[in-house]
Amino acid sequence: MSRLRELLESGEFVVTGEVAPPRGTDLADMHASVDLLAPHCHALNVTDNQGASLHLSSLAASRAILERGIEPIFQQTCRDRNRLALQSDLLAAWSLGLENVLVVTGDDPRAGDHPHAKGVFDLDSTQLASIALGMNEGRDMMGRDLKGGTDFYIGAAMFPEAEPWDVQLARIEQKVAAGVRFFQTQAIFDMDKLQRAVDAVRPLGVKVIAGVLVIRSPRVVDFVNRNLAGLMVPDHVADRIRSAPDPAEEAVRLAAEQVRDIREIADGVHVMPLGLDTEVGRILDGSG
Amino acid sequence: MIITRPRDWDRIKANLSDIAAKRVFVMGCGQCATVAHTGGEKEVLETAERLRAEGYEVTGWAVGEVTCHLNGTKLESRKHRSEIDDADAVLVLACGAGVQTTADAIAKPVFPGLESLFLGTVIRNGIFEERCQTCGDCVLDKTAGICPVTTCPKGLLNGPCGGMWNGMCEVLTDRECTHVRIQRRLAEQGRTRNSTLEPKDFSTALKPGGVNIRQQGGGR
Ligand code: SF4
Ligand code: SF4
Repeated sequence: MSRLRELLESGEFVVTGEVAPPRGTDLADMHASVDLLAPHCHALNVTDNQGASLHLSSLAASRAILERGIEPIFQQTCRDRNRLALQSDLLAAWSLGLENVLVVTGDDPRAGDHPHAKGVFDLDSTQLASIALGMNEGRDMMGRDLKGGTDFYIGAAMFPEAEPWDVQLARIEQKVAAGVRFFQTQAIFDMDKLQRAVDAVRPLGVKVIAGVLVIRSPRVVDFVNRNLAGLMVPDHVADRIRSAPDPAEEAVRLAAEQVRDIREIADGVHVMPLGLDTEVGRILDGSG
Repeated sequence: MIITRPRDWDRIKANLSDIAAKRVFVMGCGQCATVAHTGGEKEVLETAERLRAEGYEVTGWAVGEVTCHLNGTKLESRKHRSEIDDADAVLVLACGAGVQTTADAIAKPVFPGLESLFLGTVIRNGIFEERCQTCGDCVLDKTAGICPVTTCPKGLLNGPCGGMWNGMCEVLTDRECTHVRIQRRLAEQGRTRNSTLEPKDFSTALKPGGVNIRQQGGGR
């Protein structure tokens, strides 16, 4: 059984981090980042052509991380593959020992470095979750038996701050019905809204890992606001970073505060250090 | 209706010069292209004028009632037989189906004068929005008459995606998210979207489509 699942289900507060596979075949930078994060994290998300930009596949990178001794969360976006490719990669993932899968829809290709690509979106993330659930029960999406199934711990994304909330909640409920057992949130700034989301899903028996983004400079504020779909740094946070004498130090302090709040609310925290990998330890122990 | 826009004039001229055409017959369409203001009588006459100004001879023109109707277009071309016989090429101001129908009906080189864009709604005179991808497996029954396949840039059946922000679309940021609209309209009608839509049957969208209601009694 996946360690992530074991920990979450036993009520432990989990910590996950995030690594991006390289834009090429040289794994050195990714491994350096893994080595920095691994001592602090229970598992690491491995992004899949994030931002609709070309990277080494999450499948290969997840396996490489597993071999380095830390549990990966294999991500799959619906943007780049049709239902045959997605299912075949799910089977591949399981056969490579990857036990966690996080299904996401994916950004529009126009947002990335191959803006002329055809967005596939043959399935959406809910449908993909339900297919992974079917594979856990030993069959493909056509209902045919597999020769050897899977036992994925299935996760999906959730956006506690997005309005209208009732539309978000309906979407979350759809995902739970499709087999999702844990959620990772978008970077969260408003803890009341995180509380609202956690309260809403508690009765459904699923876990929530809340996202924390480390915003190390005014430039990163602008980058997030401009480039990350569905994410806006609120003014009080942006002002704090912009007016700080040492923005990176302020970002660590801010993230540490957020982690302390999240410990009171959610089942785990997902740290996205955006280059400040060396500070993750301080952020997590709240000493920032 | 099929929404079209005028084709780049240089491409039209390049097509004509490829076959050294000097005399041109212009064919318009009385349906969609008339409503789109791209291939009605007015635009056909303007195009004829522009051709003349550029030194071409226009042997004649016609606006087919429904240019994508094969028998109708054959009939229309018979009415203009000698003008068409005199022409080196036929320039068609209609959608791609209209151009192909004309090419079936007339044994002359036929060139498109428009770009066919999409199947849409006339919001107001001159304002058109894409509404349907002719997917052959319609979900409008489940989505309060709003097509997510077409109007969500990602074509997601279940949504919204994670990029939706304050009800607005991640990709087309000046538009409301399709799935927010769907849920609101369902709610206004006292309906709820209880189930997740299944993955689509894309086999119905495989090309080329064909229907023969005489043989099949309807359907595809
Ligand atoms: S679901 Fe298919 S047939 Fe129905 S409106 Fe959308 S694209 Fe057209
Ligand atoms: S925000 Fe809504 S309409 Fe826009 S791409 Fe996402 S789901 Fe589709």
